[in-house]
Amino acid sequence: MVVAQVSPPEVADAGARFLAEVGAKTAGVSRLEMCIQCGSCGGSCPSADAMDHTPRRLFALMRAGERDKVLRSNTPWMCLSCYHCVVRCPQDILITDVMYALKVIAEEEHTYPNNVGPDFAGVFVGQAKRFGRSWEIGLTARHYLRHFIPRLPGMTPMAFGLFRHGRIGILPHQIKDKKQLQAILRRADELERAR
Amino acid sequence: MSSYLYYPGCSMEGSGRSYRESLEGICEPLGISLEEIGDWNCCGATEYVSLSTTPAYAMIARNLAIAAGQKKADEPLVAACSACYLNLAKADHYMGAQPALNTRVNDALGAGGLHYDPGTVRVRHLLEVILNDVGLDKVRAAVKKPLTGLKVAPYLGCMVPRPDVDGTYTNHEQPNDLDRLLRALGADVVDYPLKTECCGGHMTQVAPKVGLELIRRLVAEAERREAVMMVTVCPMCQINIDAYQGEMNAMFHTKHKMPIVFFTQLMGVAFGLEPNKVGVGREYTNASKILAKALKAAPELALAAAGAVPAAHKPRPDKRALPMPRMADSEVEE
Repeated sequence: MVVAQVSPPEVADAGARFLAEVGAKTAGVSRLEMCIQCGSCGGSCPSADAMDHTPRRLFALMRAGERDKVLRSNTPWMCLSCYHCVVRCPQDILITDVMYALKVIAEEEHTYPNNVGPDFAGVFVGQAKRFGRSWEIGLTARHYLRHFIPRLPGMTPMAFGLFRHGRIGILPHQIKDKKQLQAILRRADELERAR
Repeated sequence: MSSYLYYPGCSMEGSGRSYRESLEGICEPLGISLEEIGDWNCCGATEYVSLSTTPAYAMIARNLAIAAGQKKADEPLVAACSACYLNLAKADHYMGAQPALNTRVNDALGAGGLHYDPGTVRVRHLLEVILNDVGLDKVRAAVKKPLTGLKVAPYLGCMVPRPDVDGTYTNHEQPNDLDRLLRALGADVVDYPLKTECCGGHMTQVAPKVGLELIRRLVAEAERREAVMMVTVCPMCQINIDAYQGEMNAMFHTKHKMPIVFFTQLMGVAFGLEPNKVGVGREYTNASKILAKALKAAPELALAAAGAVPAAHKPRPDKRALPMPRMADSEVEE
């Protein structure tokens, strides 16, 4: 006789709470609770081999309330933002934005599997906040010095090539009204923290 | 002259400079004018949304608010960079779909004396504007030096056809938009099934093994399809495939040498502008020689194609062979 496996109530509750938490962090309407575990996402994902859980399995873990496992997973950090899964998902789940939300929570709780991705995002955003524009040379130089010293010898001729072709400026471009941008972002940070 | 608001994005001022130079060159022949929005800021790429939600969207929305204040009548906001386009379109879309996000973002914008009502500004990608507003007839009419015989792989990348928040695309995985445009320039567009596969985005910076493998697939396939260059619509795709090809070759012990240029550069060249005026030669894997060779050979090829010169003998298919399907759109003039 086949007996339907029903999650004990405490597991179901933890799962529902976590789904709601991630849903609230997602920018659009995530529809995460609609997942039917079909696996179209993992099957469409060009970086699935590098992930410790495919998106489908990650959503199953979320539903099972395995908050810690999910937030320590490298899956969101391996997401390329290519949106293949999003257009293929039969339930219209905003998978890419859910991955962003998971990264945001992992950033807040420092549960990311390694700091290369978070660092890159942090430096990029720090410069964008300061200047109002991204600063390609400052970002890559700092990032390679911190994380990829062995790649530097290979990168140096490339940087010179880009420089020679006029594709890299040394100084960052800056917007005029940095005060306005920073005031907006300060308020946005407060609102985000107050959630 | 139709006018549009224009959001360049940070790459256009740096590594994607040839995109901007070529775009400036083709506006006049296309009969469009682009007005840059005032004091725009970085869209945050895929980095800010990975760090904090409300600030990321507030940063994007500042640009939308500026555009809303600057627009005349129904002027849409055009972006050429795929990531910028998607961020702007998504912010507008999600602020409309998620009232809580809208409230928080507008509260933040208020701290800078700005406000944005979702739906006010229509965000569009440059390629779609050229195809739908300008139209291929006008593009064809502007061509002075057809790129006949230049075998190109049309590489659209991810963020233009997907996730397609405004429902512009009927085909998210194999759209033929870029193919049609390049064919209108006279180019020989190869069938390139990886046209919307990912270049890896920031993976060359955070997980090089993953990123370089994705670049390898794209370049190897373009080469297998006998393309002599790839053509893109996105500064991120361009720099990944161009500048990281050397590191990719070292990792996989390959010797690929595939140039990649922006579609606007080929438009400029076909419209008769000097290649160096539209940024050709700024690539790390140089496209100048291939392009010069093609331009030299093109007039004869074009005459042959038009039937003025007897075409080389076409081998008849083997009588015993099965009838093979042919790609209709490569035979028929759209």
